[in-house]
Amino acid sequence: MADPILSIRDLHKSFGALKATDGVSIDLYPGEIHALIGPNGAGKSTLIHQICGTLRQNSGKISLVGRDISHLPVAERARLGLGRTFQISSLAGEFSALRNVMLAVQAGQGSSFRFFKPVMQDASLRDEAMAKLERVGLGGRADVPASELSHGEKRQLEIAIALALNVKAFLLDEPMAGMGPEGSKVLTGFLHSLRQEAPILLVEHDMDAVFALADRISVLVYGRVIASGTVAEIRNDPAVRQAYLGDHA
Amino acid sequence: MKRETIINLVLAALLLAVPFIAQAMGQTFTITLATRIAILALAATGLNIALGLGGLVSFGHAAFFGVGGYVAGILSAHAFSGEPMVLGFEGTRQMLIVWLVAITAAGLLGLLIGVISLRTSGVYFIMITLAFAQMVYYFAISWPAYGGEDGLSIAVRNQFPGVNSMRPLNFFLICYGVLIVGLVLSALIKASRFGAALQAVRQNEVRVASIGISPMPIRLTAFVISAMLTAVAGALFADLNRFVSPSMLSWHMSGELIVLIILGGTGRLMGPVAGAALYVILEYLLGGLTERWQFFLGLILLGTVLFARGGVIGLLAGKVRHG
Amino acid sequence: MTFALAIEQLLNGVQLGVMLFLMAAGLTLIFGVMGLINLAHGSLYMVGAFACASVAAWTGSFWLGVIASLAAAAAAGAIIEITVIRRLYDRDHLDQVLATFALILIFSEGTRWLFGSFPLYLDIPAALQGAMELPGGAQYPVYRLAIIVTGALVALGLYLLISKTRLGMRIRAGESDREMIAALGVDIRTLYTLVFALGAALAGLAGAMVGALQSVQVGMGEPVLILAFVVIIIGGIGSIKGALIGALLVGVVDTMGRFLLPQVFALVVPPAQAGLIGGSLASMLIYILMAIILAVKPRGLFPAQA
Repeated sequence: MADPILSIRDLHKSFGALKATDGVSIDLYPGEIHALIGPNGAGKSTLIHQICGTLRQNSGKISLVGRDISHLPVAERARLGLGRTFQISSLAGEFSALRNVMLAVQAGQGSSFRFFKPVMQDASLRDEAMAKLERVGLGGRADVPASELSHGEKRQLEIAIALALNVKAFLLDEPMAGMGPEGSKVLTGFLHSLRQEAPILLVEHDMDAVFALADRISVLVYGRVIASGTVAEIRNDPAVRQAYLGDHA
Repeated sequence: MKRETIINLVLAALLLAVPFIAQAMGQTFTITLATRIAILALAATGLNIALGLGGLVSFGHAAFFGVGGYVAGILSAHAFSGEPMVLGFEGTRQMLIVWLVAITAAGLLGLLIGVISLRTSGVYFIMITLAFAQMVYYFAISWPAYGGEDGLSIAVRNQFPGVNSMRPLNFFLICYGVLIVGLVLSALIKASRFGAALQAVRQNEVRVASIGISPMPIRLTAFVISAMLTAVAGALFADLNRFVSPSMLSWHMSGELIVLIILGGTGRLMGPVAGAALYVILEYLLGGLTERWQFFLGLILLGTVLFARGGVIGLLAGKVRHG
Repeated sequence: MTFALAIEQLLNGVQLGVMLFLMAAGLTLIFGVMGLINLAHGSLYMVGAFACASVAAWTGSFWLGVIASLAAAAAAGAIIEITVIRRLYDRDHLDQVLATFALILIFSEGTRWLFGSFPLYLDIPAALQGAMELPGGAQYPVYRLAIIVTGALVALGLYLLISKTRLGMRIRAGESDREMIAALGVDIRTLYTLVFALGAALAGLAGAMVGALQSVQVGMGEPVLILAFVVIIIGGIGSIKGALIGALLVGVVDTMGRFLLPQVFALVVPPAQAGLIGGSLASMLIYILMAIILAVKPRGLFPAQA
C-alpha cells in the first residue's frame, strides 16, 4: 500500500480525569474515504480539533504527507493542505457566497497582503471561485450573502471553499447534517467524485451515507478506536454492534 | 449610482464648498471649523480601518493622534531654536517631512502596542489599548523637555511646498486633500485582498485560520496602517491649533474618535466624515448655547447607540450591503 | 533612604491598592456576571465622593456622609442599570463602551451643573485624625490605616458573600450559566440590578474615602478607573481574587516605583537627571508591568473560567 496522506499516531488528550482521546491511530490513504463514526460524546469533535490544530494533543503525532504537523498552528496546517469543513459556522457570513470562495482561492494562492487591487475586478479570483461554486451546484446563488443561504447550501459552500484550497486531505465534519434526503443523495454522489482530488476523512452521523461512501470505517467509543475495517467488517463486528449500533440481537 | 455613493459625493462636495463660501463672506472662523472636521474625519478614518474593517475596538488611538501632534510640535520647535536633536538632526518645518516622521513613529508605536494587545481580544483588547495610550499620556506629562503638562506651542505653522499654509483656506485645502487621499486609501484597502481577509477575520477568526490565512499578521498590519493614518491627522491638528498638549493623548480623545465613527455610521466609508461634521457642528451650536454642551452630546450619543445604530449615513442611505 | 520612610511608602502603596480594589471588585463582578464593560464606574466613584462631601458639609458628620455615599452611588447604579445598562447586556463590547462613555459625559457635566466647577473639600473625621507610631519609629496617618482596614473588611465581606450566601450562589451560577439560573426561577433582572448596585456602592465608598485625602471634583474618577482597568487586566477579568492581588500589586508597584526609581537612577546619573528619568519611568511602570504579565499570561494572573 502507498504511504498514508494523513497519519494519526497514538494520540492522547485528556481534560482533567476525562480521557477524550485515548491512544487513537488512524491512517488516510490516497483516494479513499475513511469514515469516522461513534456515538455522541465519543470524542469525535475533540479529535477533529486536534487534527486541525484548534486543540493541542497531550501526546502523539499527526503527519500530513509525511510531515509532522502536530505542533503547527491552524493556519499553517491549512496551508500545507488540510481542508476542513465546518458543521455550522460560515467563513464570512456578511460576504456573498462568491466572495467566500474567492477568499479561499486567495488563501490558496497564498497572497493576502495585496492592498490596492479590488478583488471584484480580479479575474483570477472570480473565475476560479465561480467554477468551484458551479461544481457544487451553487452557481445560481453566488451573490447571496452566506448567512442567508439555507442549511444545505451552507454545506455546499463549505465544500466549494475546501475545493478552492490546494487540499491534500479533506476533513469533512458532518457534511450531511441538516440536509434533506434529496440533498444528501446529491452530496453523496458528489463526495464520491471528490475523493479523486484528495482522500476524505469523513465524520458523519448519517449511516446510510457512511455505508454508501466509505472505503473503511473507524469506530470511536470513549476516546478509543474500538474497531477499524471495511464496511462489511464493521457491520459484522460484534463489539461495534453492541457498543454503538445498539443492536442487541 | 447607489444612494450611499450620492450621499458620499454630496458630503465631500459640501465640505469643500463651505470654506470657499465662508472665505467670500469673510467668515474665517467657519474655515477653521471645516478644517477641524477634515482633520478629525481623517483621524477617525484611520481608526476605522482597525475598528470598522477589522473589528478591533482600539480605545487607545489618541496615542497615535498625539504622537503625530508631538512630532509636528517637536520638529518645528527644534527647527525654530536651532538646537539639534538626536543624531544632529535639526528638526524641520516642512509638513511633508513631519508627516513622514509622524507615520514612522506611530507605525513603530503601533507595532509595539499591537504585538502585545493583539494577543488578546474582546474586552481585554479594549482595556489594554486604553492602558497603553494612558502610558504614553503620563509619559508626555512627566517628561518636561517638551512642555510636560503645559504642552508645546508651534510658533509658526509648518510649511507646505508652494503654498502659504498660514492662510486658513490654504491650510484647509491641504487638510482636505490629505483627507481625500486617506479616504481613497481606505476604500482601496477595503476592496483589496487584504481588506477581504481583514473583514473575514472580524467575522470568523477560526474559520479564516482554517483556510490558511493567519489572523495575527493581518490584524497587526491593519492596526499599524490605522495608527499611521491617525498620526498624520494628529500632525495636522497640531498645525491647526499651533499647539500640542497631552490632552491630544488623553483617553477622552480616544473615546471621541470612536464616537465620530459611530455617529457617522460604522462600516461606512464616509461615516467618519459625517460623524466629524456632526460632532463639530454640535460642539459649535450647543457650545454657543451652553457651557455644558457635552451633557447633550452624551444624550445624543446614548440615543444613537441604543436606538439608531446606523448613525447619520445609516439614516440617510439605509442598511449596509456587502458585495 | 530610611527604613521608616520605606515602610511609610509601602503602606501608601497598600492604601492605594485597597482603593483600587474597591473599584476593581465592582468592575470585575459586573463583567463576570453580566459580561458588561462599564466605563461609567468612575462616575459612580465621583457620585460617592460628592454625596459624602455635601452631606458631611451639611450635617457636619463624616459618617453620615459615608452612608450617603453608599446610598447615592447604589441608587445611581440601580437607576442607570434599569434605564440604560440593561439594554446593553446583549450588545457587543463596542456598544457598551460607547453607551457608558456617553454616561460619563452626562454624569460629569450633570455634576458640574449641580455643584459648579470648584472642588469640594472633605475633612478627615475627628476620630481618625492624627498619626500612629509604627514599629521602627515611623509615624503613619490613622485615616490611611483606617482605609486599609476598611478595604480588608470589604474583601472579607465579598468573599463571604460570594462563597457563603444565597445571593453569592446566584452570582456564581449567573456567571457560569445565565439560562440555567433563569430556569431555576431566579429573577435574573433583579439579580443583575443588585449586582450592579453593589459594585456601584463599592465605587462610591472608595470615592468617599479618597475625598478626604484629595479634593472632590469632576473628573476625579477617571484616572482611578483606568488604574482599575489595569488591575483587572493583570488579575484576570471576572476574578475577585485577581482583583485583590492585582490591586495590591499595582498600588505597591506604582507607589514604590515613584519613590525608589529616582533614587536608583541617582546611583548612575546626576541627581537632577535621575529625578527626571526615574520620575518618567515610574509614571509608566505599572503599564510596563501589565505588558510583561500579558506577554506571559494573556488572560491575566487568575483567568476566570470562560
